[in-house]
Amino acid sequence: MTQRTRNLLLLAPAGAWFLLMLIVPLSVVFIFSFGERGPAGGYVPALTLEQYANLPARWAAFRNTMILAPTGTLAALLIAYPLAYFLAVKVSAKWKMTLLVLVIVPFWTSILIRSYAWIFLLGGRGIPALLDWIGIEGVRLINTPFSVLVGIVYGYLPLMVFPIFVSLDRLDKRLLEASSDLGARPWRTFLQVTLPLSIPGIATGCMLVFILLMGEYLIPALLGGGKVFFVGNALVDLFLQSRNWAFGSAVAVTLVVVMLITVTIYMRFISRVGGTRDDVALM
Amino acid sequence: MRVYATLVYLFLYIPIGVIALFSFNAGRHASQLQGFSIKWYGKALNNPFVMDALETSLIVALVSATFASVFGAMAAVALHGIKGPVRTIFDGLIYVAVMIPGIVIGIATLIGLVTLFDQLNPMIAAIWPGGFEPPKLQMGMLSLIAAHTMFLMALCIIIVRARLSGMDRSLTEASADLYATPMATFRQVTLPLIFPAIVAGFLLSFTFSFDDFIIAFFVAGSETTLPIYVFSSIRRGVTPEINAIGTMVLGVSLVLLVTAQILLRRGEKKSR
Repeated sequence: MTQRTRNLLLLAPAGAWFLLMLIVPLSVVFIFSFGERGPAGGYVPALTLEQYANLPARWAAFRNTMILAPTGTLAALLIAYPLAYFLAVKVSAKWKMTLLVLVIVPFWTSILIRSYAWIFLLGGRGIPALLDWIGIEGVRLINTPFSVLVGIVYGYLPLMVFPIFVSLDRLDKRLLEASSDLGARPWRTFLQVTLPLSIPGIATGCMLVFILLMGEYLIPALLGGGKVFFVGNALVDLFLQSRNWAFGSAVAVTLVVVMLITVTIYMRFISRVGGTRDDVALM
Repeated sequence: MRVYATLVYLFLYIPIGVIALFSFNAGRHASQLQGFSIKWYGKALNNPFVMDALETSLIVALVSATFASVFGAMAAVALHGIKGPVRTIFDGLIYVAVMIPGIVIGIATLIGLVTLFDQLNPMIAAIWPGGFEPPKLQMGMLSLIAAHTMFLMALCIIIVRARLSGMDRSLTEASADLYATPMATFRQVTLPLIFPAIVAGFLLSFTFSFDDFIIAFFVAGSETTLPIYVFSSIRRGVTPEINAIGTMVLGVSLVLLVTAQILLRRGEKKSR
């Protein structure tokens, strides 16, 4: 058996699995998006752009996603950056890894349970009850855009911290010394040396969080109470409640296309900034 | 700076801590602490619905993680050794599998498999010998395992490949110079070095599959996994029982994650 045959044999199970469970299903979604809804739900073959023309019917879901996904990404960035900076620059080597792992670990635990914790905290008997007790009355937190935003930041903060940490940790500390030797104040060193050099990390973190937020379902479902819904919530409704497969497929295809466009713009942006792209491994 | 970091850590861990704290609450109300008790754990563990869901989740996680880590490692080793179109195709497949949102994977698997089963079921019924009920393909545990394995395989390939590319090439070259056959080199040099990565991939896959809600929501058919059970209970209201289940789920993930971390670290040190 030649080396090549052996390699192909080793690849066969994975290849077959990807074909059957990834390529075929995604192709079906693509094909169905040009079809029509059956009388009892499901799908009737057709070749029409009707479903795509109908997309404005779900405009609210796309609008919410396109507003809250970037806002959530930005909020996560603003909270994550100082922490990543602290971990990379200020913490001693001995504690660095432990503290970093403590940030990442929550990301790999159940997002369902972690979002549930916030229903508990933001609900009537949680933080609002505490505020009531100190004299601030009538605050409603749960089922608002704010509660969805809190859930988003909480859920995706680790994913933002990690790439920024990596880019700051790799930064040559002598550059900082050089900058201060040349008389730059600390904040000027930060703005002109540290921040530009950490842009690849910022871009990677923002992209990862943004991509995951585009397909988010659980956080708006649990913390938005049906008032703040994303494209993901529209998809669940279309496939599991109204069983409108053709229209649902068109929404799914549109979601993926919007994501791909965003990624392409991001790649352009990164190559223009000229930073090296950090390969992100979360463990 | 230090104060800020402490605040962020509190933000990350207080919600988890609150869930754990209230799971030991003796009172019936979810939000008033009334003494220590482990009765909600007993209640959760004696609830047949919870136990059924737990069993389903464990089987799915175990089988998917096994398939994903074995087939993923095989693919990673092969991809390390080849160039050309096959490698480009696989790079693309892995990229797509990781990039596509989970919800779209769930939808695609649902309508893809339901359509396939609608075609196959009449055929099976036609060739099935008379007198017996023909088997009916439908969404359930197997379709969920297949969907999880697909996604997790991509994850395992990435993890094992990272280990392989970090490996010192001179080790395998030395082995070849000492007249070891390729198979012997693989068994005695490569495999021991990538084994921690394979196990870490298995543990991460297990955790992911066990915690996954969105793919299972579409693909599990009439089966209920633990996250699906928890989700539908949350919709009915916050109860101390959910706190107990949540605490157990978080506890299990934490143990698996720490193990995976230690294995990856150790592997990294060894291969240098």
